[in-house]
Amino acid sequence: MSRVAWQRATVKAIAPETPRVKSFTLSLPNWTPHLAGQHYDLRLTAEGGYQAERSYSVASPPEQTGEIELTVELIADGEVSGYLFEGVAVGDELEVRGPIGGYFVWRGAAGAPPLLLVGGGSGVVPLMAMLRHRQRLGVRTPAVLLFSVRTPEEVIYQAELEAMAQADPTFTLLLTYTRQAPPSWAGYQRRVDAPLLAEVVARFGNTPPQAFVCGPTGLVESVANGLQAAGLPPEMILTERFGPTGS
Amino acid sequence: MGFFTNKGFQPKRASNPKLPPGQYETTDFPVLTAGPTPRINLANWEFRLEGLVEEPVKWSWEEFNKLPMQDFNPDIHCVTKWSKFDTHWRGVSVDTLLEHVKLRPEAQFVTQFCYGGYTTNLPLADLLGGKAFVGLVYDGQPLAPEHGGPARLVVPHLYFWKSAKWVQGLRFTAQDEPGFWERAGYSMYGDPWKEQRYSDDDEATGSPGSQL
Repeated sequence: MSRVAWQRATVKAIAPETPRVKSFTLSLPNWTPHLAGQHYDLRLTAEGGYQAERSYSVASPPEQTGEIELTVELIADGEVSGYLFEGVAVGDELEVRGPIGGYFVWRGAAGAPPLLLVGGGSGVVPLMAMLRHRQRLGVRTPAVLLFSVRTPEEVIYQAELEAMAQADPTFTLLLTYTRQAPPSWAGYQRRVDAPLLAEVVARFGNTPPQAFVCGPTGLVESVANGLQAAGLPPEMILTERFGPTGS
Repeated sequence: MGFFTNKGFQPKRASNPKLPPGQYETTDFPVLTAGPTPRINLANWEFRLEGLVEEPVKWSWEEFNKLPMQDFNPDIHCVTKWSKFDTHWRGVSVDTLLEHVKLRPEAQFVTQFCYGGYTTNLPLADLLGGKAFVGLVYDGQPLAPEHGGPARLVVPHLYFWKSAKWVQGLRFTAQDEPGFWERAGYSMYGDPWKEQRYSDDDEATGSPGSQL
């Protein structure tokens, strides 16, 4: 059987993450271990044969065997996300294929450099797979997640990330709220700009981190440029972008 | 696998014969790149034809801009599922570039190489006969860096990762040598109409790439 053949997964659980984001846990008949950062394609088929396909990052770590968690953001007028939000219940079947992608991945190899993860909105999803994988592996090299959201209600995985930061002194969670911060917030309240990135990179001292940047195009462009300005060589910066340009 | 439908799933978009399978239309111009956007100084920019040619050739930015240019209005298809119709480009046809070199007979494939280190491969025949061009102008403006400016190869009949951003030249080869995404499991050929997204799709559909 082909490695990325379509297979029929069963929806095991659906969990709301934010008002516009849900996580779907899918049981797979032909599950294979993925790398943290990889994605699956998901295909919907209508009566009459019309099909629509999208790619979704896997949020679960490879240690969670037999199933994958896909975290999906509801897109305005989204053909696939709209159906997943409104039309899918636990027990339903969905066609998926994967895992796919061999570049934006973190393997957790011994001796790997520290991790700097920068996510915007649902761009945090593949980064979460990396953090969950790191936690399961017991990796103690430092990791920082810089997570840009517009408002407090948009923090995907908030409880789990805060618990992870509490339990693991080598993991630092840095949130920045670009539109509205929670009351009495003392952290960052602005877009991820060059001075902010310089501060975050300085936390790593003399050991430059491997950076993974995922989010809307505008954020990824400015973060990738800002990280270079802060002294990271381009080969230490991996990016994954989505959404329109120019916004 | 038998015929499977998702109960209650209704298309929100009209089917369009210009849309390859598994694609949807966007009016935006999304960006997909594996790393930072390289900043290229036009004073140092060059474009090269090398590999299996009798005599390699290279152009500076100024020289390249003096080559005859044409308008191109292709539909483009990205492997990440978006397609964009009737894009407006101005650039130099690969046919025009090849008037400046004599290819060796064993040259059958091409590796596009780029500022920033990206590569992608395809058969030589897919660059000939008006099928491919080096785009310098998009929508009447110099091509933006995030879209591959100052110069991007455009091969619209293949998935758009076969259209290298920040292109620096073409290397002619006898064998089909996998490039950046091809080494990561993507199709050697990338025909959107056969939905050749991944290497497994080459085996399933048959293609020039599957002969490797």
